[in-house]
Amino acid sequence: MTRKLPLYVILTLMAAVTLYPMLWLIGASFKSNSEIFSSAWFMPKSFDLSVYRSAWRTVTPYTMGHYFANTFMIILPKTFLAVLSSVLVAYGFARFDFPLKRLFFAMLMAGMFMPAIVTVMSLYLLWSKLELLDTYVPLIAPAAFAGEGMFVFILIQFFRRVPRELDEAARIDGCGTLRTLVYVLLPCIRPAVASVAVFTFLWTMNDFLQPLIMIQSVEKYPLSLALRLSVDSTGQGYEQCKIIAMSVIGLIPSVTVFALAQKQFVSGITAGGITG
Amino acid sequence: MKKRVYSNPVGVSRYTGLLLILPFIAGFLLFTLYPFVCSFAVGMTEYDNIRPARFVGLGNYRTMLRDDNFRKALTVTLKYAAILVPMKLAVSLMTALLLNAEIRGIGIYRTALYIPSILGANLAVVIMWNYLFTSGGLVNQVLSLAGASPVGWYGDPDKALFVVILLRLWEFGSTMIIFLAALRDIPCELYDAARVDGCGSIRAFFAITLPQLRGVIFVNLVLQSIAALQEFNAPYMLTGGGPLKSTYTVGMLIYDEMFRYDMNAGYANAVSWVLFVLISAVVGIMFAVTRGRRRDEK
Repeated sequence: MTRKLPLYVILTLMAAVTLYPMLWLIGASFKSNSEIFSSAWFMPKSFDLSVYRSAWRTVTPYTMGHYFANTFMIILPKTFLAVLSSVLVAYGFARFDFPLKRLFFAMLMAGMFMPAIVTVMSLYLLWSKLELLDTYVPLIAPAAFAGEGMFVFILIQFFRRVPRELDEAARIDGCGTLRTLVYVLLPCIRPAVASVAVFTFLWTMNDFLQPLIMIQSVEKYPLSLALRLSVDSTGQGYEQCKIIAMSVIGLIPSVTVFALAQKQFVSGITAGGITG
Repeated sequence: MKKRVYSNPVGVSRYTGLLLILPFIAGFLLFTLYPFVCSFAVGMTEYDNIRPARFVGLGNYRTMLRDDNFRKALTVTLKYAAILVPMKLAVSLMTALLLNAEIRGIGIYRTALYIPSILGANLAVVIMWNYLFTSGGLVNQVLSLAGASPVGWYGDPDKALFVVILLRLWEFGSTMIIFLAALRDIPCELYDAARVDGCGSIRAFFAITLPQLRGVIFVNLVLQSIAALQEFNAPYMLTGGGPLKSTYTVGMLIYDEMFRYDMNAGYANAVSWVLFVLISAVVGIMFAVTRGRRRDEK
């Protein structure tokens, strides 16, 4: 115990330093301007939930519910498509031999290292020619084509850990290529599939540059853009607690998903052999 | 010529795999290769997405040489990456070493220290971060409790960059978890053998842990450098690039040229290509150095 005590102390301190700012900010959402800027202690003098009611109405023409709905209209199809396409592609790479396989694998790697800032402008021009700007298509479409190389890579590592004898047994029992995947392999790599879904969810919640460029009308804004708009349209001296409360509400989906998926998710990455 | 044999299960065509990865091939051509080539072509023109493009050859690149904004942004970006990336790797590795201990309740600490990286890129957190460093924000209040005078974080060029770096440093969880996974993959036998040979824990770290982690250190270094060199969100939201352009990154310059003022697509794409070449060069040097090391050891 004596040897472990310093470790506990260090870890607790580190956790405190990393998490206290979040706690202080949640507290700040209940404070008046003068209280926010005069106290380092996170506890507000009084809890008044009305600030959350007015934060929900936002300072824009729509409520936060509207922006949540917009965000989910992007996230749900995107997550479904990302999982579907990444699993198929990873299955192809992990279990089959085909012409030019090495070249395609190199392309997968190259795509992972391609800086988004180089491609985003040409994609903007492309979507504008197709007259699909200000729709969710530019934000969702890449997910249908295994657009995130990292996901494919993680899934490949998981497929490789499943013994090939399982596939062969399934084949002998009459399973085709797709049925082997669905009934035999997918159940074995569930943590990795969950990781892909959760990552897609969280990254899309966080995504800022893509919607900023592709979406123009406030009506279609996802949450991140709505938050920025609120910051821009409120000056100093305005009730800061309202902006903070909006941010707190905006984090709820990510925190919930992370909490629900935490176990599968962390095991998915730690076992995921990005290390491989 | 010898005909290649495809090692597939009986009854599986050699095109089955190709069919499965077809979405990826199409996506790569459409969303990576096409915009990549297109960006280079547009970089050779003057183009605003309305009037037809006018070919100017290397004109945009010549403009860049004279552009003070560009030079300033390049300096800021390199400085930002050079400070952030090593710090983030060091903090992540040290934390991963601590979190690798098998003690009761370690799972809670792992989650607690990982959370900021999940939420950190969220705009809500960036907005909150802003409040921590305003003149009456949490950081200045803690400073005044400690007896120090408050600091104008956003008024001083060096300090403003520090605030941006600190936000990204706070999100060390994603690199940390990769280190942690790698640490758990190191076979215990290595440490046992070292202990039998009388090797202390500090020597074991340099003789076993670091060499075993070389692969992931490299992966983290490359991924973090790529991310840092194209930084946009954090300075855009926190400082708007100021004061005196001290946090104005190349990513912000590209965004401004392309979307903020009259669309200057030619120049913006040319700058993005310079950034791409810079990132490739940095990654290439990292590859060359690690490969050189490996050869030395053999």
